[in-house]
Amino acid sequence: MSLLSLSNISVRYGRLTAVRGVTFTLAEGEMLFITGPNGAGKSSLLRAIAGVTPPAGGRVDFADHDITGQAPEDIARLGLSMVPEGRDVFGSLTIEENLMVGTGMHAGSRGWRARAASELEAVYATFPILKDRRHAQAGLLSGGQQQMLVIGRALMTTPRLVAIDEPSLGLAPNITDQVYERLIALRAERKLTLLIVEQSSTRAMMAGGRMMLMRGGEIVLDGDARALGQSEAMQAAYFGYGDH
Amino acid sequence: MGGLMQVVFDALSLGSLYALGALGIALIFGVMRLVNFAHGDVIAFCVFALLWPSVDAVAIIFAGNLPWYLLIPFALAVGAGLSVLSEVVVFRRFRRANPATMMIASFALGFVIRYFLLMLFSSRPKSISLLPELSQPVEILGARLPLLQLITILVTITVLIGLTAFLRRTRFGLEMRAAAENFTMARMLGVRANRVIMGAFALSGALAAAIALILGSQTGTANIMMGASVMLMAFIATVIGGMGSLAGAVIAGFALGAIATVMQVILPPDARAFRDAFVYGAVILVLIFRPQGLLSARGTKERV
Repeated sequence: MSLLSLSNISVRYGRLTAVRGVTFTLAEGEMLFITGPNGAGKSSLLRAIAGVTPPAGGRVDFADHDITGQAPEDIARLGLSMVPEGRDVFGSLTIEENLMVGTGMHAGSRGWRARAASELEAVYATFPILKDRRHAQAGLLSGGQQQMLVIGRALMTTPRLVAIDEPSLGLAPNITDQVYERLIALRAERKLTLLIVEQSSTRAMMAGGRMMLMRGGEIVLDGDARALGQSEAMQAAYFGYGDH
Repeated sequence: MGGLMQVVFDALSLGSLYALGALGIALIFGVMRLVNFAHGDVIAFCVFALLWPSVDAVAIIFAGNLPWYLLIPFALAVGAGLSVLSEVVVFRRFRRANPATMMIASFALGFVIRYFLLMLFSSRPKSISLLPELSQPVEILGARLPLLQLITILVTITVLIGLTAFLRRTRFGLEMRAAAENFTMARMLGVRANRVIMGAFALSGALAAAIALILGSQTGTANIMMGASVMLMAFIATVIGGMGSLAGAVIAGFALGAIATVMQVILPPDARAFRDAFVYGAVILVLIFRPQGLLSARGTKERV
């Protein structure tokens, strides 16, 4: 059963086409890396899925709902949580306030406060550093801590799918290792489906799972991350040898 | 001592008006980057909502005769209602437009409200007596001031405390603060855009109504232009305070009130007529040294 399915999605900004006719499905519990060079359309694709930039064409289905062109808050409420590039923490809010913003979507349902409190403890258990600094302003955190905060914040919405744009951007490699360790553990614990965008395929090869390569707004390769990563086709496709 | 306290109270009550006005503008700017120039006309509308339509010089009071515990909720509801209506009918359609377009739409809306009032009430100022019991003088710390002035200050302080508690302690307040800082990110966490924006408009409209009640009681007149001068000062206060920073708007509002009152006292009598020129001069000085405002709004800082 597929949790997320895209058919023929395209994204345009004015006359510029960032994504052309992307089609794929993602099964529940799968971990998919989308890699590719700068400007390949990876972030645009994520933004289209999350409803931030409505797709110019095609259809997106998530958890048996047609979410094409839906508002970002409605998509989030179905259980698709997006962690955009650049660690968008609410800098003036405390860490705990940041984490609590996303629990509002369950407000009013039975026992949501208790569930939010237990989610909060679960996030704190995953990222203890956040608990230590829970009343600090989020803007004062280091880059790695902010990355943990935005991932934790996404988890607070009890999502079925988390889409993360460049979790390693600007982080020291050992911090990136930590972030990935957590992500992979979370996937196992919660049967979370992960959609991760990274510029380089190294992380995908280390983590395993499925990998797709995007270039020029299209998906050019799709397969097992470790197998693809070592193939010459990957190198060629990434840098665009031979097709111009 | 009495003389000094008099100046302090004058400064505080004038600053209160500016602070309330600036808050009303900053709240909406925070969530949708709209400078709502119709705010002043919402203030005027709230005063006229207390009257029957007529073009006579003496106003025919309608809701204005209600006892205060009904009058105040009525006025607040009118302000909030008109403000929410303006978002649903006008601003919602410009949500994706650039800020300049939205600002021009707000000018247009202001004109529509003003000419609607003009049609029903004519442009002639009307004398009204609103909450007359508030004009009796009280003596406090050696200064004699109308009870209304004291109430203005107390109301403003109450509003500020209430608003702070609302923003810090409630779920809706949390969502509004998150949305003010990064609207798209807040939506990606399930925060409903329409609800937050309508909440900001309702609060802003209720603040406009509070100003309307104070102005109406203070001046004893209803004038379709009565919101304009407060609006201008309030807008300047939001700019000096740092666009979108609520605390900055309040501080700058009080600062402008203080500067204007002090100018009134220390300027030589011949120059007093030009008081506002000196106030704006001070504004220019502030902006030369801190173009981003006193407290630059959070979240609008450049990303690294």
